Amino acid sequence: MLKNIGKNMNSFKKNLLKKRYNAERRFQWYGKIAIGLALSFLAVFMFQIFSKGYSAFQKTWIVTEVHYDKELLLIDAESPSKDDLENADYYDVAYKAMTSLDPGLPEEEDRQLIQMVSYKYETEVKDLLLKNPDFLGKIVPIKLTASDDVDQVHKGNYPRDIPEKNRRVNDYQLQIYDMLNERGDILSEFNISFFTSPDSREAELAGIASSFMGTVFSILVCLAFSFPVAVLAAIYLEEFAPKNKFTDFIEVNINNLAAVPSIVFGLLGLGVLLAVFNLPRSTPLVGGITLSLMTLPTIIIAARASLKAVPPSIREAALAMGASNMQTTMHHTVPLSMPGTLSGTIIGLAQALGETAPLILIGMVAFVNTIPGTPVDPAASLPVQIYIWSESAERGFVEKVSACIMVLLAFLILMNLAAQIVRHKFEKKWS
Amino acid sequence: MSKIKAENVNVYYGSKQALFDVSIDIAEKEVTALIGPSGCGKSTFLRCLNRMNDVIEICRVEGSIKMDNLELNSRKLDVVRLRENVGMVFQKPNPFPKTIYENVAYGPTIHGIAQSKEEMDQIVETSLKKAALWNEVKDRLDEIGTGLSGGQQQRLCIARAISVSPEVILMDEPCSALDPIATAQIEELIDDLKKEVTIVIVTHSMSQAARVSQKTGFFHLGKLIEFGPTDKIFKNPDNQQTQDYITGRFG
Repeated sequence: MLKNIGKNMNSFKKNLLKKRYNAERRFQWYGKIAIGLALSFLAVFMFQIFSKGYSAFQKTWIVTEVHYDKELLLIDAESPSKDDLENADYYDVAYKAMTSLDPGLPEEEDRQLIQMVSYKYETEVKDLLLKNPDFLGKIVPIKLTASDDVDQVHKGNYPRDIPEKNRRVNDYQLQIYDMLNERGDILSEFNISFFTSPDSREAELAGIASSFMGTVFSILVCLAFSFPVAVLAAIYLEEFAPKNKFTDFIEVNINNLAAVPSIVFGLLGLGVLLAVFNLPRSTPLVGGITLSLMTLPTIIIAARASLKAVPPSIREAALAMGASNMQTTMHHTVPLSMPGTLSGTIIGLAQALGETAPLILIGMVAFVNTIPGTPVDPAASLPVQIYIWSESAERGFVEKVSACIMVLLAFLILMNLAAQIVRHKFEKKWS
Repeated sequence: MSKIKAENVNVYYGSKQALFDVSIDIAEKEVTALIGPSGCGKSTFLRCLNRMNDVIEICRVEGSIKMDNLELNSRKLDVVRLRENVGMVFQKPNPFPKTIYENVAYGPTIHGIAQSKEEMDQIVETSLKKAALWNEVKDRLDEIGTGLSGGQQQRLCIARAISVSPEVILMDEPCSALDPIATAQIEELIDDLKKEVTIVIVTHSMSQAARVSQKTGFFHLGKLIEFGPTDKIFKNPDNQQTQDYITGRFG
């Protein structure tokens, strides 16, 4: 029969063969095009975020000189203590540090110079002296946080050629900026404060520390509430519950719960956790519990699937050895299902990580300029922070939004990676 | 002497009846083989003897099965105690995905048989020796049991079953997934074990039944057609159906 291959084929057979090959080739191309499209969407999305956001990781400083004049600081003591330095008056010293950039400027115009640095410049002047008490009486160079407008000009995000009255940075300020830049007194350094500062109304000072901690606490609370409940529910339903109409009904409802829009859970959190139980508003505790309602069905479904995947032969082996139902479950089935359950849990938490709507409803959208230390302190969360900043008018927040998205994506990628590793590394192979 | 006495056992899966009025006497310290075509109910009957049918929700067992005058088919019976005394070896080797040591030590651990680590080591060693596996695994007891070859895995399962010194061992086609050499090893093992325990073995291989068993029962369509000494069943059966099956005319 083998001689028929390639030989003795009539035209009909040849045609059929050709069609088969073509169909296969076409199908492969459809697949390649689909993947190509998906990848290019992803690439465009990533490029957008990175090109807008990378500059947020750079911070602009203005370098000037400050004279820690004892008279202006109102310090009388010969060798002042830490307290004296703490209580000194820094207004004049800081003011002079800025106005000395252009000594010829009339006094009523000095606001224009002060506006070029952040409103916290006085604190920065104070902090430098507190750190180096021997600077007292000396003239030293100092780095001051540039205002977000100068920051954006320096990063080239701010158009300089529009009419002056439409610009937040006027011609005089641009002139000072150019002068400083030429002297090398405009510095651009890695933006540590973006990670260590809480939110602020001023773009140059705003950071993600409070929302990051809020997210971490929310996820931990969510894990603490949803994991035990979900795993116990899954074990009971899969290993102990009788299979009848009622358990079928429960199963259908768990699947439905997984499909409920997250905002509904937010309303539930608002109506029950805040209104009935009077839990503290805007806190990761409430946020975490609300999110755990969302992750609960996801984890139950994942845990049940991985319990189901444990081969019945293992259960039979344990039962035949005289293990009780409980022993069979706890000694064999549950440990074997754990990798799948854990990776399902991580994926559920990763979903919760990106949730915004329920958190807005329970008040985690509030402006929080402190870093939460516990789950019952008010906090924002990363996705809500993105939402808050994207509503802000200042140009400085545009790059912050993208930077915050990058941090959130990094967090998500790490979690999904962890899920993959857990699944592959700890999954036991049975023959 | 009779170890297990089954009388008028009927088994139903939902509305479908799988066993019809099976009555059988299984003698102590002998090997009893159950043969018959696929789906004839021999495995179902075997699983009645350690109540493994309890796992199947729609399964219902009627009739009386007595072991040493204790009624097995009773709600009051503690199945954990029963299974401690009636071990089982399955068709497909199913060691736990744990170490070889843990596999054998599992039964003694949950039934509180060993008091100390030394005692446990002793039980593991004797069980593995009885299962003729000791020499092959003594240097790698902490390796995963599922990493052994098929024949070794099945002997590990036998070692696990005998670790709690059961009085009866049920074997459900224990060699069907093994090659001829491993099969020969298991059969030798069965021959050794029968000095101490009662063995009931379900097998598809007529020659295996002839080699290892003293009594043979032939099942067909849920009924026990003929039961008697193996010699007689294979050489001079009373029933025409048995004759046909053994000579390979059907099944």
